[in-house]
Amino acid sequence: MNPPVHNTRVSRAFFALLRRDLLLAFRRRTELLLPVMFLLVVVSLFPLGIGPEPALLGRIAPGVLWIAALLATVISLESLFRSDFEDGTLEQYVISGHPLTVIVLAKILAHWLVAGLPLVLMSPLLAIWMNLPRPSMGVMVASLALATPILSFIGAIGAGLTVSLRRGGQLLSLLVFPLYVPVLIVATGGIMAAADGLPYGAFLGLLTAGLIASLTLAPFAAAAALKISLS
Amino acid sequence: MNTRPGKNAFVVFIHKLGSPPWFYQFAGKLIPWFWALFIVLTLGGLYLGLFDSPADYQQGESVRIMYIHVPAAWMSMLIYGAMAVMGFVALVWRIRMMEILAMSSAPIGAAFTLAALISGSLWGRPTWGTYWVWDARLTSELVLLFLFIGVMALYHAFDEPRKAARAACLLALVGLVNLPIIHFSVKWWNTLHQGSSISATDSTIHPSMLWPLLIMAVATKFFYAANVLTRARVVLLEQDVRKAWVQDAIDKKTTPLQKEGSDS
Amino acid sequence: MLAVSQITLERHFQPVFEPLDFHLDRGAVLLITGANGCGKTTLIRLLAGILTPTSGTLLSSAQGTAYVGHSLAIKDDLSVAENVRFVRDFHDTRRHSVDEVIFRAGLHRVAHQPARTLSAGQRKRCALVRLLLIPAELWLLDEPYSSLDDEGIELVDGLLAEHVQLGGSCVLASHGRHRPGIKDRTEIELISGAHRL
Repeated sequence: MNPPVHNTRVSRAFFALLRRDLLLAFRRRTELLLPVMFLLVVVSLFPLGIGPEPALLGRIAPGVLWIAALLATVISLESLFRSDFEDGTLEQYVISGHPLTVIVLAKILAHWLVAGLPLVLMSPLLAIWMNLPRPSMGVMVASLALATPILSFIGAIGAGLTVSLRRGGQLLSLLVFPLYVPVLIVATGGIMAAADGLPYGAFLGLLTAGLIASLTLAPFAAAAALKISLS
Repeated sequence: MNTRPGKNAFVVFIHKLGSPPWFYQFAGKLIPWFWALFIVLTLGGLYLGLFDSPADYQQGESVRIMYIHVPAAWMSMLIYGAMAVMGFVALVWRIRMMEILAMSSAPIGAAFTLAALISGSLWGRPTWGTYWVWDARLTSELVLLFLFIGVMALYHAFDEPRKAARAACLLALVGLVNLPIIHFSVKWWNTLHQGSSISATDSTIHPSMLWPLLIMAVATKFFYAANVLTRARVVLLEQDVRKAWVQDAIDKKTTPLQKEGSDS
Repeated sequence: MLAVSQITLERHFQPVFEPLDFHLDRGAVLLITGANGCGKTTLIRLLAGILTPTSGTLLSSAQGTAYVGHSLAIKDDLSVAENVRFVRDFHDTRRHSVDEVIFRAGLHRVAHQPARTLSAGQRKRCALVRLLLIPAELWLLDEPYSSLDDEGIELVDGLLAEHVQLGGSCVLASHGRHRPGIKDRTEIELISGAHRL
């Protein structure tokens, strides 16, 4: 009656899903601004809480920017699978015969484009606020561009595990923050090295390796997590 | 068909382990031995460690905290690994016994991690002059504690026990993949920031200190084995309370007199 | 198309329903009836592969399975047409056009309204008619007649008749009195295995 599932069909499903999720995000475009606004507010609290001394702010800037980006990502991740779970679309993915890993990949990519990429684009402004040393500006943007997708991939596992729970948000952050420790260390380490005029290539290399590893492994774990959440 | 007797026996053993009544009885026989070995070894190890070994020439008597701290830290990592491996088996082959064992391991592992953290900070007071230093080992243990807490929190967040166990097993497995990365990144972070850490166990260790340490390390393993089996038995009884084998097990334990008493 | 033997699912270590055996041929319809809470939805979700049985085996030789459950998988922020188009693109089928499918459901007047403005019956029609765009031999329908008017019930019966004529099969769960007019139809009454206190 029907041809078996071919790769072209899977890639069509991937792009159909990506297009739909971007369209859905566009329909709710005021919500698109929330992660960025969150980042803005959190970062601005630091000078207010610590004092405006430029040298001190510059020294803590990499950590502050990265921790704020981490928080913004986790808050936005809670909604990654939420609406699909609640309206029954997730069940339709499972039964469609398309590999759930590919579907998860499309969901994560769409999510990063609307929630992660704006953070990367916004970061230079925040770096100026925080008086981040000029030479490390490029490295900071690069580290965010490379590593916010890692946060999305790892976070997707936690989002998949907690999607069926009523108050999954807080639990999600408890589950994923320990897993984010290496990303935080390597990313801020690279920015600080650049600020001190030291070579930073190794740091960006490690982040790239982390990106590839999480890209290949995390969708499988997230798909398994979703299957458990549906059961 | 593979009919090698060795393999067959192993397959039969695994199969039997998956059967709740058999596991209940088998574990029940092992537990007293494990407790006994734990008590004997702990008493011996503590005697050697606390009374029959020298004080450190630099750290003095405070070095004796090592006999608790180091085995606890070893066990915390070992139990996390065991939990994640059992979780993997439970997920792939859907073996309920493995789910129960993995989930029974989590609180024990968290307790050992906490013990390692507390003993470590008590040891830090005389050594570093403060209770807490962001030393690579202590920081790794702290992250490990968060991982254990995450697994336990997820397990208790679900209503359906099998679903809860499967979700928590998956999280444990993800944590296991991350654990070496966390460990090395924290170590590296520590050297990067040139912390004031004095590594407490990097000097070569004298045999009179090594023996009690090794004995304590073995003793804690028996503690874990006895504890995890006891917990797993309780969970089994709770879960299967309406099944016939549990009623049989209860009948065997209660004497006729006790039964009469409970009837009235 | 479907062979089920001694299948059951446990929740809180109690079976949701007694172990079940049945098989479903090509072009056949199986109606599952039973009181509320007897496990109809659970059984359908088991057959869909969303749940894994605690014991028993389930063999399916169906080329593709489609499922319409209680949650209709309709995005409120998208229009009816966009909702339908997504299903077509996701399954990459060209058997019917989007307009044709919407017309069939009688939703052509509201095709470009956001789905949030639809009534419960219209949503149900939208979800059911999307079956035409999913290449599947086996349909699993959970309470397909609920919240539908007479015209909607006719729509479902019509879809079913065509599907069966093309050699497709269907398992449908219903607690209502309506029965689809299909010749090769068997019924199973599900009896709950778990009597919760």
